[in-house]
Amino acid sequence: MSNKKTFTMGGIHPDKHKITAEKPIEDAGLPEIVYIPVKQHIGSPAKILVAKGDKVRVGTLLADADGIVSADVHSSVSGEVLKVEEIEGEFGYLEQMITIKVEGDEWEASIDRSPDIIREINASPEEIIAKIREAGIVGMGGAGYPTPVKTTIPAGKKVDCLIVNGIECEPYLTADDRLMVEKAEQIIIGAKILNKALGIQNAVIAVDENKPAAIEALRNITRSYVGVNVQVMKTKYPQGAEKQLIEAVTGREVPSGKLPADVGCIVQNVGTVNAVYEAVQKNKPLFERVVTVSGDAAETPSNFLVRIGTPASFLINKVHGSPDKIGKIIFGGPMMGTSAVNINAPITKLSSGILLFKDDISFKPEETVCIRCGKCVEACPVGLMPFAIAAQVRDGDYHEMKKLHVLDCIECGSCAYICPARIPLLDYCKLGKYELKKSK
Amino acid sequence: MLKISTAPHINSPQDTRSIMRDVIIALMPALAAALLFFGLSALVVVLTAVAGCVAFEYLVCRYILKIPPTTGDLSAVVTGLLLAYNLPSNMPVWMVLVGCFVAVVIAKTAFGGLGKNVFNPALVGRVFLFISFPVQMTSWPKPDFLNFLNADVETGATTLGILKHIDAESSATKLAGGLSDLPDYGQMFIGYTGGCIGEVSALALLLGFAWLLWRRIIGWHIPFYYLATVFIFTSVMWLHSGNIQVEPVTQLLSGGLLLGAIFMATDYVTTPMTRKGQIVFAVGCGILTVIIRRWSVYPEGVSFAILIMNAFVPIIDYFTVPRVFGTGRK
Repeated sequence: MSNKKTFTMGGIHPDKHKITAEKPIEDAGLPEIVYIPVKQHIGSPAKILVAKGDKVRVGTLLADADGIVSADVHSSVSGEVLKVEEIEGEFGYLEQMITIKVEGDEWEASIDRSPDIIREINASPEEIIAKIREAGIVGMGGAGYPTPVKTTIPAGKKVDCLIVNGIECEPYLTADDRLMVEKAEQIIIGAKILNKALGIQNAVIAVDENKPAAIEALRNITRSYVGVNVQVMKTKYPQGAEKQLIEAVTGREVPSGKLPADVGCIVQNVGTVNAVYEAVQKNKPLFERVVTVSGDAAETPSNFLVRIGTPASFLINKVHGSPDKIGKIIFGGPMMGTSAVNINAPITKLSSGILLFKDDISFKPEETVCIRCGKCVEACPVGLMPFAIAAQVRDGDYHEMKKLHVLDCIECGSCAYICPARIPLLDYCKLGKYELKKSK
Repeated sequence: MLKISTAPHINSPQDTRSIMRDVIIALMPALAAALLFFGLSALVVVLTAVAGCVAFEYLVCRYILKIPPTTGDLSAVVTGLLLAYNLPSNMPVWMVLVGCFVAVVIAKTAFGGLGKNVFNPALVGRVFLFISFPVQMTSWPKPDFLNFLNADVETGATTLGILKHIDAESSATKLAGGLSDLPDYGQMFIGYTGGCIGEVSALALLLGFAWLLWRRIIGWHIPFYYLATVFIFTSVMWLHSGNIQVEPVTQLLSGGLLLGAIFMATDYVTTPMTRKGQIVFAVGCGILTVIIRRWSVYPEGVSFAILIMNAFVPIIDYFTVPRVFGTGRK
């Protein structure tokens, strides 16, 4: 499998800006205070188990999954719970968070902190899924879908391929790239663990060709593992999008409105797979992750291993981003990430990056008229006509919008990126989806 | 104070103005060829047309629509260049300005400005002039290399005009005269032939095409399918009849075909949005061009072909909606 693959429809090639690709993952250290949200996933918020004044350790369960589509939340530090209340999150909205004052660094005794790699997979499929659930693992690529749900194949469906998503197609971000370089074997064991849980034999780790070090690191190890292969992909955005990646790797198209399991595939991000390894082999809950802190207002951009709940400001200080120069802070990548209003907003299980942009490039360009160039149609990886959707949203014609398949939009932003008239096409598509769902 | 905005937070370096700038750059080789073959009079027409189009757009925005002038997007400059390229180099200045008025005020701003016009403004301007001033529009100065001041330049017919004339005569006279007036392939490729300012040099136009492709302004589809349609259609007729009038290479290199196929059938605003639609549009232009050249009273049909196909764009767009991911492969 040496031929490079990519998805068929649309796609764009934004400048990569992967300036931190060579920077080893650095331990960010402990902040003074962490804010741990009880909802860092799709589904219902976890039920809080702690109260003000409680002493917690690293790995202590703070909140319990509420129902199937939910996830446990653990403490990432040791110390004292200061308060359990609603605090301003990254967008300025109030979110339920557990605030912990950091005291020392005491871990739960059950966590295996030795550096040894455990290769033998002793857990049964049921035990694996139970461990993933207890570790509070969710899709770390950004979707935040609880992993145990994804690892349980719905009755009547047959899955034959696990795709490990090592694409990281967003510009600037290198967290997954570094993880693959430094934790290649853990990721491969993680894939084997998931395969065991799913009862299948094959896993493909898909990596964009612009990550040669990761490809080499993985290939060196896959040689000694049967059933795990590396597939090098031709770089194109948004290759990391689930359905696009499945099509690129297997040629199978997930039908509109259906799930990957409907075409026999499960996709997991490399970060998630590493977390699965740590949960099953090392008993370690998900309380830290790799975060790229970059952007042109970051003096010393780098990749950090960060405890969940660490305020963004702590990381911004680490890269010597001077607050007066920063115009915009983005949680995530520049294509799909969100700009934050609160500099103290915490890192969550889904934060792949913190990007700092200078003041002068933080403005959104002025919208001009559509010149019908068709570039948005050409760029859309779903085959939509964003210009037409925008026109219908402006007119409020929701019936027409449905015919334009706006609900199939994956919100990758390729249309808005490419538009020479700088029309915020993604905003129109999102608004259309929202209005259409509301009107149902 | 942090700024907040919606995703995506980065944009392609290409915007409307930079696209227009690239089109202008792509049109420069043809201007250079025009200067070499038609002298300074060509430059006078080009500058008049550009200034006229920009001025009309500015005035309409400023005094009629009362909106901030849109001339900064450079689209009026492109319209001016394309209009001039479709005119003979001895066109009187006032007629050029009439063309600018029709192109910008009637064909563009009256329809709602850039992005809203149904027909290619430069072509509307040209066709208006063609119908209003048929004599001036059909007397082309003969090329005269490096005669910048245009001393003692004769006028003559274009290649397609000669062919049309030959076709009307008997086969006996065809052999006697006519044919000797035809330029050879080399002359047509370089542009040493009678014609409108910007259409004569295939070489210069192809250089512009290469620039547009390299800068990713247009795809190759429309020019390719347009030219291929003309080539195949005329080849079939030529092989069948042996009529020199439809000899395919001459058909490709003569008249406004390359200028039209590369620069006007690829105008974003007046052509379909999808690849499939663009191919339908290009094939339609090719068929109409040959039909008009062969069977109408006019020797040349590119302008009419593109304008007619412009009118079909909404229908083409309606029937060439792309397939949505996950809705079944065809």
